[in-house]
Amino acid sequence: MRRWSAVLAASALAASLLAGCGDGSGSGLSITLYNGQHEQTTDSLVAGFEKATGITVNVRNDDEDTLADEIVTERSHSPADVIYAENSPALEYLQGKGLLAAVDPSTLADTPSQYDSPQGDWVGVSARVSVLIYNPSLISESQLPTSVLQLADPQYHGKLAFAAGETDFQPIVTSVVRTYGQTEAVKWLEGIKANAGSHVYPDNETIADNVNRGLVAFGVVNQYYWYRMRSEITASNMHSDITYFAPRDPGYVIDVSGAAILKASKHQAAAQRFLAFLVSRAGQEIIANSTLSYEYPIASGVTTAQPETPFDQLQPNSITIAQLGDGSTAIALLQQAGLL
Amino acid sequence: MTITTTASQQSPAVGPERLPGRRSRPPWVLLAASAVVAVVLLAPLVFLLIEAHGAGIETVRHLIWRPLTATLLWNTVQLTVVVTALCAVIGTLAAWCVERTDLPGRHIWAVLVVVPFAIPDFVVSFGWASLSTWVQGFRGAVLVTTLAVYPLVYLPVAASLRGADPGQEEVARSLGLGRIRTFGRVTLRQARGAILGGCVLVALVILAEYGAFEILGYRTFTTEIFTEFQDSFNVAAACALSLVLVVFGLVVLGGDAAARGRSRVVRTGPMAQRANQRHRLGRATIPVLLGFAALVGLALGVPIGSSVYWMFEGGAHALSGVSVVDAGWHTALYSAVAAALATGLALPVALLAVRHGSRVGRILERSTYLVLAMPGVMIAFALSYFLERYANSFAYQTAPVLIAAYAILFFPLALVGVRASVAYAPIRLEEVARSLGQGRLAVFARVTLPLVGPGLAAAFCLVFLAGVTELTATLILVPTGVQTLATQFWSYEQNLSYGQAAPFALVMILVAAGPSYVLSRYFDRLPSRAGRPT
Repeated sequence: MRRWSAVLAASALAASLLAGCGDGSGSGLSITLYNGQHEQTTDSLVAGFEKATGITVNVRNDDEDTLADEIVTERSHSPADVIYAENSPALEYLQGKGLLAAVDPSTLADTPSQYDSPQGDWVGVSARVSVLIYNPSLISESQLPTSVLQLADPQYHGKLAFAAGETDFQPIVTSVVRTYGQTEAVKWLEGIKANAGSHVYPDNETIADNVNRGLVAFGVVNQYYWYRMRSEITASNMHSDITYFAPRDPGYVIDVSGAAILKASKHQAAAQRFLAFLVSRAGQEIIANSTLSYEYPIASGVTTAQPETPFDQLQPNSITIAQLGDGSTAIALLQQAGLL
Repeated sequence: MTITTTASQQSPAVGPERLPGRRSRPPWVLLAASAVVAVVLLAPLVFLLIEAHGAGIETVRHLIWRPLTATLLWNTVQLTVVVTALCAVIGTLAAWCVERTDLPGRHIWAVLVVVPFAIPDFVVSFGWASLSTWVQGFRGAVLVTTLAVYPLVYLPVAASLRGADPGQEEVARSLGLGRIRTFGRVTLRQARGAILGGCVLVALVILAEYGAFEILGYRTFTTEIFTEFQDSFNVAAACALSLVLVVFGLVVLGGDAAARGRSRVVRTGPMAQRANQRHRLGRATIPVLLGFAALVGLALGVPIGSSVYWMFEGGAHALSGVSVVDAGWHTALYSAVAAALATGLALPVALLAVRHGSRVGRILERSTYLVLAMPGVMIAFALSYFLERYANSFAYQTAPVLIAAYAILFFPLALVGVRASVAYAPIRLEEVARSLGQGRLAVFARVTLPLVGPGLAAAFCLVFLAGVTELTATLILVPTGVQTLATQFWSYEQNLSYGQAAPFALVMILVAAGPSYVLSRYFDRLPSRAGRPT
């Protein structure tokens, strides 16, 4: 009997405590940010914005596409004011659903127009580039493919790793489709699937980690995973390197990260200020000077201070944001090839 | 005395289980309460059907019959079968050694073999995978999942061996049956219900597991459901795949029902129980001890050791996040309230199923297990959907809704605990109390509750443990700005910030260690309680 009473007492106590356990938002102005970007990138930007404006930002972290799904399910009741996504397709998808509000023209003007939403419903904030990460003890740089099509070459059987489910991989598929057509693209997907075998990983972090540990010879990632791994595990533990595809190759793709305001937001003005901050000189310098995120700043003329190839010296493929779209073609083909 | 028998040869023994002629019509309060619980628990299933229907039959068919499905099917089935079998063997053997032999230090082992259940599967995965590249794919998934979930078999089997009557084994032995045959023909049969019950839980938990397999790079239906969310903006597709999981769940439950057949344990004199004569291990003592040491070392030592390692070797602590104390407090709070809620809800369902074993009652009870086969993220989306449609998103992303989600997700665990104790609480005592002029409510408060109390505590602990490690529903429903131990761990782990992830793993283990201890003590004390004069 005593034990049962203890359980009752404990739950009553917990219930009473629960009542006093709100979200802690004070009387000041605050906005809610659905953050699909890496926390490394967002944390310092949010801190800078809060300091500059006094507006509190409540951050909710999850996978960018899961957040987009949530917003669609939440419809007009979404608690989110702003969504900050790692890649453009999530934003293009929400734009297609008519859930985004127009971004202030002055904010859009800070970012080169090729990295903004063609319709003006989201603004580009930073960028990354696709690279090959390889383990020199397993494959030399000269043996690596220089074009994305060569990834399907049987000579790389058992050597290749990629993450079919990563949002960063879809733009490459879309780019291959644009250059070579759907039939070729499916053949290519089947080829890389066979080459990768059991090295089709859930995410880019796993690719970087496993290449570095010598589990697989090379893989396709965005450049910043390699830099981040290096800062996390220290240079002495690094057994890998990165290299680029040939200039203008369809595999050489710029991925743009951006932010948007929800139509359902009740804090439109504060949300616009947040977007303006992201692409302002102050915001872009936070991205450029971060020793954590390793993204390329793209707005307000700020350039990166990191030991990366400077953004303006990259020689990416000419595919546009609009052509990348919401990635649905790439997904359909990945499904057809049995990768999704 | 305990007799295992089939319905056809059932003796007219008096016992706590339902018996022909004595079955009372269930009070409407019990029936109504159980029906409400079942409706709430099956609401997520309704959501799946609505969404899948909205996508159109053609789309769903296309999604389910795509090439990857065969791979997922094979991956899911082989893993479920292998791990369930391994857990059945490990859990049963460990329980038998602790409960029925003179294993040295068995009180300590009884606690140590249960604690691994408190370690989230994804922490076990992280522990192994971050140390060795060998632990990947299928073999990694088998190793990690077995070590993380075998206590689900161990706990009920240990309880059932404790509660079972030693007389049968003695009779079998005196009739000339050898040790091993006695074990096979008497002991295992006594524990059969408990083993099957544990296996059902293991199978359902594997079906819905996400984090561990994501880390190990092993693709199952559940990891694919997450991929649908994370890549394709396709909630309908995720729902369609979840329906496949529900069908798996039905197969598991159906298989369990078939395996149980109509046999059941009948006890003639639960109050006349006495302690078992323990088997002498003799020369087997050392190997058995080594086996236990290996099990605890692998299941407990590796995740803890690897977390401690990463805490000191993890490199730069660069990411911001909430403090361990803050996350720990919220985790404990949500899990405790959810555990109390789930346990309270399980009581009417268990009473209905055990005391008034009508067909309706049993179907209501079994249907609630289906929720275990649905991934947490689907339950979260279902709640989000219904709140948006019918309640203007009231209380969405607040603590009460998250707690409700936990209570729904882990209701079956509470039911397992409550049901077991209700089954062993003799209805005769209540009848005596009634005959002495006590009212129905007084009987409930003064007789039923004290009898099932320890079982309720066990149920509470099971749900609490599960709540502490919940990840995917929490990510969607937790109040913005709040982190639980699991979400903060996950966020660091996913960003390869192992050094920062490690303390959260360790605190998760600490927070969960208390209830694990209570659980193992509860099962340890069963016979003395049952034997105590009431």
